[in-house]
Amino acid sequence: MKSLFACFIGLLIATTALAQEVAPDVLVKTVTNEVLDIVRHDKDIQSGNTQKAVDLVETKLLGHFNFTRMTQLAVARDWRKASAAQQKILTDEFHVLLVRTYSKALTEYKNQTVDFKPFSLKAGETDVRVRTEIRQSGAGKNIELDYYLEKSGAAWKVYDIEVGGISLVTNYRDSFGAEIRNNGIDGLIKSLQAKNKSGEATSVKK
Amino acid sequence: MAAKSSQQVPEKRMKTVLPARIKSVAVAVVAIGLLGGCATSGNPKDPIEGFNRAMFAFNEGLDSAIIRPVAAGYEAVLPSPVRTGVTNFFGNIEDLFIGVNNLLQGKVPEAFSDLGRVAINTTVGLLGVIDFATDAGLEKHNEDFGQTFGRWGVGNGAYVVIPLFGPRTARDTVGLVLDVSTDPVAKHNPTGTRDAALVLRLVSDRADLLAADKVVDEAALDKYSYMRDAYLQRRRNLIYDGDPPRELDASVEQDDGPAIAEAGALEPRAEAPPMPSVLAARAEPAEGK
Repeated sequence: MKSLFACFIGLLIATTALAQEVAPDVLVKTVTNEVLDIVRHDKDIQSGNTQKAVDLVETKLLGHFNFTRMTQLAVARDWRKASAAQQKILTDEFHVLLVRTYSKALTEYKNQTVDFKPFSLKAGETDVRVRTEIRQSGAGKNIELDYYLEKSGAAWKVYDIEVGGISLVTNYRDSFGAEIRNNGIDGLIKSLQAKNKSGEATSVKK
Repeated sequence: MAAKSSQQVPEKRMKTVLPARIKSVAVAVVAIGLLGGCATSGNPKDPIEGFNRAMFAFNEGLDSAIIRPVAAGYEAVLPSPVRTGVTNFFGNIEDLFIGVNNLLQGKVPEAFSDLGRVAINTTVGLLGVIDFATDAGLEKHNEDFGQTFGRWGVGNGAYVVIPLFGPRTARDTVGLVLDVSTDPVAKHNPTGTRDAALVLRLVSDRADLLAADKVVDEAALDKYSYMRDAYLQRRRNLIYDGDPPRELDASVEQDDGPAIAEAGALEPRAEAPPMPSVLAARAEPAEGK
């Protein structure tokens, strides 16, 4: 028992030591290419299989996101008024909402390629913006996709995404704020839960 | 607007007057809404929210009843290269005015690039159907009269949802009127081709947005406010050509210092960084926010 445990700890330490600090732009590039590669070869996802896309998003992408931070930024001033339990539920529901939204976007993939803009990390910087651009092979309109990452320990985590200049967090901040003004924090939780449930229902229909 | 219609052939009066009518209806509806002083929400960015939500509901109804199904059919029936050709054709016409707006904004190299695009695509690209210019390194820009006014320092004004045309700001509504009145497609004769072209362009543009629409439906708690906030952010981004000063909600950063530490995510951040960007944002051309 003990030796097994020690073994496990050793393995953990070894992998952590091996996991050298990855620069934020390298992280974005690696993960983006990995995910797109999978989608390119997966006809199920391309034909609308949301469940597969959800699995892909959960396994490959989510470890790199700081959902607590994102939820806190989206809920803004009201975050401190929420109890720890409410904060947890909000984070979880927002997590589900974002996963579902991303997965939906991935099912709409049609052979786009991603351009990684030049990036340089200044010494000591802990908050960066990594710029990429999605090139569509047909319709010609390129979409800017920027990631905002913060250093959390040794790892960089995404806390906001901007699509064509539209910040995810800022967009939700107004919606959440309006919901909280009208129905309170519990009202926001209820709407998020209802939204996620209805999202599940429509994806099951597919 | 009335002067324009009186020059048209009598038997085609209804059809030819249509764009002018739409414009005048749109302006009248907006004016009535503003004068009516419909229910205001607490949102400073959206003083006529009651009116806007009504217009939004109308547009959504029109979209789901007519425009989206037609666009979906268009997408299903026409092969991708053909649809790309249509997008490119109208995009080429657009490039001329993008060039004009770049010039008006004092962005001369960009303006020359736009005119270069028109030259290449019209000739080698067979009247714009094939977009060679992008491959040649001349990127497509995005400019319109609303952005030009924004660049000149005109603030946003109220957020407005216009029937059929969709979200705008007060400033961009003026820009829209200019865009529509200088639109060569809307001026084209014979009117049969013109109307067909207008419809085709509308359907083509809508089809290009079908994928995005599905994602918005998934993402939005309240589609109206989601679209509004996305539109306002997008305009800001376009006016600054992709490089707007990062708008941090300074009060969030400062008030929630302890909360950030509690969330366990990061060390508490220094309060200094947010202020300079807020000041920088104020120093930039006013946006009326």
